[in-house]
Amino acid sequence: MMSISPTRTRATASSSALHALMAVGGLIMVLFLLAHMYGNLKVFAGQEAFDGYSAYLRTVLEPLLPYGGALWILRVILLLSVGTHIWAAFVLWHRSRAATGGRGGYRYQSNAHRRGVQRSYSSFTMRWGGLTIALFVVYHLLHLTVNVISPGGASESPYLRMVNGFSIWWVVLSYAVALVALCLHLRHGIFSALASLGAATSEVRRRRFNQLAVLISAILLLGFLVPPLCILVGWVGP
Amino acid sequence: MNITLRIWRQADAEAAGAMTTYEVHGISGDMSFLEMLDVLNEELALAGGDPVAFDHDCREGICGTCSLVINGIAHGPEALTTTCQLYMRHFKDGQVIDIEPWRATAFPVLRDLIVDRSALDRIIAAGGYISAPTGAAPEAHSVPVPKKNAERAFDAAACIGCGACVAACPNGSASLFLGAKITHLGSLPQGQPERDSRVLAMVEQHDAEGFGGCSQIGECTAVCPAGIPLDMISQLNHDVLAALPRNKGHGH
Amino acid sequence: MSEYYAQGDALFDAKDPGGPIEERWDKRRFEAKLISPANRRKRSVIVIGTGLAGGSAAATLGEAGYRIKVFCYQDSARRAHSIAAQGGINAAKDYRNDGDSIRRLFYDTVKGGDYRSRESNVYRLAQASVSIIDQAVAQGVPFAREYGGLLDTRSFGGVQVSRTFYARGQTGQQLLLGAYQALERQVAAGTVEVNTRHEMLELIVVDGKARGVVVRDMVTGAFETHLADAVVLATGGYGNAYYLSTNAMGCNVSATWRAHRKGAYFANPCYTQIHPTCIPVSGDHQSKLTLMSESLRNDGRIWVPVAAGDTRDPAQIPEAERDYYLERAYPAFGNLVPRDVASRAAKQQCDAGRGVGPTGLGVYLDFGDAIERLGRAEIEEKYGNLFDMYAKITDEDPYTTPMRIFPAIHYTMGGLWVDYDLQSTIPGLFVIGEANFSDHGANRLGASALMQGLADGYFVLPGTIGDYLASNQMPAGVDDTHPAVLEALASVRERTRRLLQINGNRTVDSFHRELGSILWEYCGMERNAEGLTVAIGLIRKLRESFWSHAKVTGINEELNQSLERAGRVADFFELAELMCIDALHRGESCGAHFRTESQTAEGEALRRDQEYSHVAAWEFAGEGMPPLLHREQLDFEYIKVQQRSYK
Ligand SMILES: Cc1cc2nc3c(=O)[nH]c(=O)nc-3n(C[C@H](O)[C@H](O)[C@H](O)COP(=O)(O)OP(=O)(O)OC[C@H]3O[C@@H](n4cnc5c(N)ncnc54)[C@H](O)[C@@H]3O)c2cc1C
Ligand code: HEM
Ligand code: HEM
Ligand code: SF4
Ligand code: F3S
Ligand code: FES
Repeated sequence: MMSISPTRTRATASSSALHALMAVGGLIMVLFLLAHMYGNLKVFAGQEAFDGYSAYLRTVLEPLLPYGGALWILRVILLLSVGTHIWAAFVLWHRSRAATGGRGGYRYQSNAHRRGVQRSYSSFTMRWGGLTIALFVVYHLLHLTVNVISPGGASESPYLRMVNGFSIWWVVLSYAVALVALCLHLRHGIFSALASLGAATSEVRRRRFNQLAVLISAILLLGFLVPPLCILVGWVGP
Repeated sequence: MNITLRIWRQADAEAAGAMTTYEVHGISGDMSFLEMLDVLNEELALAGGDPVAFDHDCREGICGTCSLVINGIAHGPEALTTTCQLYMRHFKDGQVIDIEPWRATAFPVLRDLIVDRSALDRIIAAGGYISAPTGAAPEAHSVPVPKKNAERAFDAAACIGCGACVAACPNGSASLFLGAKITHLGSLPQGQPERDSRVLAMVEQHDAEGFGGCSQIGECTAVCPAGIPLDMISQLNHDVLAALPRNKGHGH
Repeated sequence: MSEYYAQGDALFDAKDPGGPIEERWDKRRFEAKLISPANRRKRSVIVIGTGLAGGSAAATLGEAGYRIKVFCYQDSARRAHSIAAQGGINAAKDYRNDGDSIRRLFYDTVKGGDYRSRESNVYRLAQASVSIIDQAVAQGVPFAREYGGLLDTRSFGGVQVSRTFYARGQTGQQLLLGAYQALERQVAAGTVEVNTRHEMLELIVVDGKARGVVVRDMVTGAFETHLADAVVLATGGYGNAYYLSTNAMGCNVSATWRAHRKGAYFANPCYTQIHPTCIPVSGDHQSKLTLMSESLRNDGRIWVPVAAGDTRDPAQIPEAERDYYLERAYPAFGNLVPRDVASRAAKQQCDAGRGVGPTGLGVYLDFGDAIERLGRAEIEEKYGNLFDMYAKITDEDPYTTPMRIFPAIHYTMGGLWVDYDLQSTIPGLFVIGEANFSDHGANRLGASALMQGLADGYFVLPGTIGDYLASNQMPAGVDDTHPAVLEALASVRERTRRLLQINGNRTVDSFHRELGSILWEYCGMERNAEGLTVAIGLIRKLRESFWSHAKVTGINEELNQSLERAGRVADFFELAELMCIDALHRGESCGAHFRTESQTAEGEALRRDQEYSHVAAWEFAGEGMPPLLHREQLDFEYIKVQQRSYK
């Protein structure tokens, strides 16, 4: 075989393979979010149920696993997913900039069609949207998991932490903004992940996967937003 | 019609380029976009100027040579249409039209609107073929191909190798071009023996040429004159993932 | 007449092995000397052109182990103009069991060429056609298939069997991609080096043998010399001499013309095919004509209004006032008569004032009946892409308004003279594909150029060139400093300098347009002695004016399209003159060459076999000297020569 270029990357590090890796991480996070959303909906069952659920997460599979073991396994998987996802995102971002002289879709002088012809807003915001989500997750963990930030008052009870926080309008607003960013990310991301994994190989599948992406994003948006909103308007309280 | 053109002028690969403004008059709607540029060039030449260099050959939408970004869109505003098959009737009197070359790191500008697309040839050389030595072919009817697969292969083989997909992709990816070739050869029984090695070698070459990855933006399919569908990129990814575990020692 | 040319010796094809026609090719291959695989690496070949002919030849020779250098003027080997072929490729597979055979393809091709081609060559072509399809299918060329998974065929261009294989409207593209991919495979294997954006400007002849070329790097302007044991020209046709044609903008005669000037005979230059179904010209600005595949004639009906000057909307013209003139005059073949017949008939209708469309230069190709009979869906499935192309160009919807079509220059049967081995009169210079003259006689049948290009490239040339290479290696010591090389290089430099120095006030394109209109007028669908003499005078004058008034911008050392064009047009001038001289010498009508002086009472072409059953091979006799005519007599052993009739 000829050696066309000395910088041949192995196929395993190809953009195609990295996208697949990123897609796996992303889809794991989607599954987590679906479960998380389901868990959150337990606020409607009252404080006991919700706190019990939180405790259950930590005691599940005991004594097979130590206290918090299952949760930690979950956390490790999540961390790996987030880690590879973000790592791959940055490598690909870098390659994309290198391939376009650092200017991506803005490399033409013409002011017309700067955003292309048919691309969706959702695909347009993947990268900055991703960063927004990252910032949100940090904020969110500090708020509801580690409880370092505690608008409305700290509490041992996750239920009360939520109620305290979401009684304040700007907390709800900040979550809402993040959720919109997240669901835009997923509107494109879920389809893209399935395509990256080589599943969208016909027109019909492409259409189905796009519908699926919209559906899951919408479910997540609603499912996550309903509890904070209900708390804000006072339907759910301490 | 009278048209104002803003055209990217660049003397050679090293020179810095810039947009330059020209006026053309008396353009008829039946002229093709390139014939409109011919008019400009004849005027420029007679006025002692330097005609605008642009790539073209067949002027009937099949050779894939013509390559202009018109008002920010590769091959201009009409879908499924190459630059040479774009007619001036789609523009308005007095309109300002921006004309630029394909832009991608893997496609260096050679002069004005002409770029070097040989990277695409090297991707094909890396594996975009079926090894069928001349004379060794079996009787054509010995391998029937289900019509469905034959049609799929054909849809993919329609790619004219113009590179508009790269010019339009915000990631500078040639994935649509690559996916089309992978789908073409991979849909046929003849293409199976080399299927794994082909896709890995071509993907490696694609990346080594400096094309970006595909994040399924779909701008490529909007400009593709041959109507190559987006699912062929997914086919590419499918084949890469299928080949990777089977081809651990591939080529290195 | 003899003021225009001089008589040379008769010429004959010394390589034709003779014997029973079925065995000739086998015999030739058996007699050809072989080179052992290990030694092939030491033999080098330059191939100019990457179309079906050049691409397939280079790939095959590279695979055989020779060292190959390939050149083309496009930016990729895949863009050679073969890519534009739409309709299909013939092969005597007889998959339809409709009575086809190698023999019948042979017969149809000789008859279609109006008995002006060589039996031996055509028979070999028909034999090779079968393997071409096998080869292409093995490469993954996606031919049309039926539901059972087997290959589909259709009938095409004036024959009564279904032997045309096709790939939607992109047969040329798909076949070329097959050859191109085979070529790139050899590039990867290191046997072939492809140089794109390189234009051949001169042939290097060392001690009477072709040994190399001078090319211009079209990006930097650098002149390069490349040497090899043999040179193959696969540079396509010269239809662009007419300016408006179905050829690509870059198609040129330069490579073959330069070889002609170095001693290769140019055969039958006046045989130019005019394709009946092209989109009519819309205005002065037009730079090229677009072909609408001949396959459209399978379902479309051609007509004009009965009354001259009838400018009504076609929908307003009742059946009784329409003249389906082909169906009327040729009941057996109807709309499917060969190209030359259909083209001339259209011209006659327009000359009589019955032409349609804004310029009056057009006839209708109407799908109204077919849509009614088969339904729009089926027409869409069969011809959708062609209809779309038509709509794009004309802004009219062919589903509701009949298409307008007009003949246009399409293919050139003439080309460099070659023997049975495809070798020109310069030893070591081989010529394949449309660039040679060999297989189509005075008219080419639809779907047979692709067949010929691939037969030459995959099978014939690889079978014959070894014989030459085996005993004709480059003499030791010939390198870039050899006087013949330096001379060739210097002549290219000088010519380029002259072109750039003219600095006149008229664009090269305007000269080209004018040359084209002279050729079209006097050496187009109908020719006569008077007109041809006028044309020769006009061409000479125009050529002189070109060399003193053309405006060639820029410098050599840059990507300079103005210079490229000027060089090509300069060669077209010289060729154009020879075309007219050839047309003048041939005082008969045959195939695409219609002399008004030689027609039957019904206005059909009248051949004069006694005087003209020959190939006219022209030798360049020096600047300003009349060319020398060498005749190669054509004898027919296997086919009974008849007056062609499609009635
Ligand atoms: C619109 C159209 C439709 C057609 N449809 C059909 C059809 O349906 N069926 C059929 O059988 N035939 C068809 N033909 C005819 C057929 O396509 C051609 O005759 C055939 O493809 C010619 O192939 P080629 O390899 O000889 O030359 P080409 O494909 O023309 O290749 C010429 C090559 O030579 C190179 N070249 C030329 N000059 C130079 C130079 N000076 N220096 C360096 N390189 C040079 C070019 O770069 C190119 O690579 C059609 C032709 C046209 C124009
Ligand atoms: C309105 C929306 C949300 C609410 C009300 C909410 C609520 C909570 C609560 C109460 C916890 C703590 C659970 C516990 O410690 O038992 C938690 C943890 C967490 N949430 Fe959310 N969350 C929301 C949205 C999100 C989103 C959009 C993400 C990710 C993008 C997310 C990611 C996490 C993570 C990673 C944890 C930590 C899990 C662990 O303990 O490891 N949450 N969330
Ligand atoms: C935490 C910070 C995050 C960042 C910085 C981030 C960044 C990105 C970026 C840049 C892309 C597109 C990259 C490309 O295609 O080139 C992307 C795709 C994607 N993201 Fe994220 N993302 C983040 C979080 C998430 C989360 C929380 C999820 C899911 C719940 C997610 C799911 C996806 C999916 C499924 C894709 C598509 C993958 C593919 O195209 O193969 N991302 N992400
Ligand atoms: S995929 Fe489409 S846009 Fe890309 S090279 Fe092929 S034809 Fe051109
Ligand atoms: S636009 Fe680019 S990101 Fe993929 S879908 Fe097309 S290659
Ligand atoms: S010039 Fe050939 S596709 Fe446009």
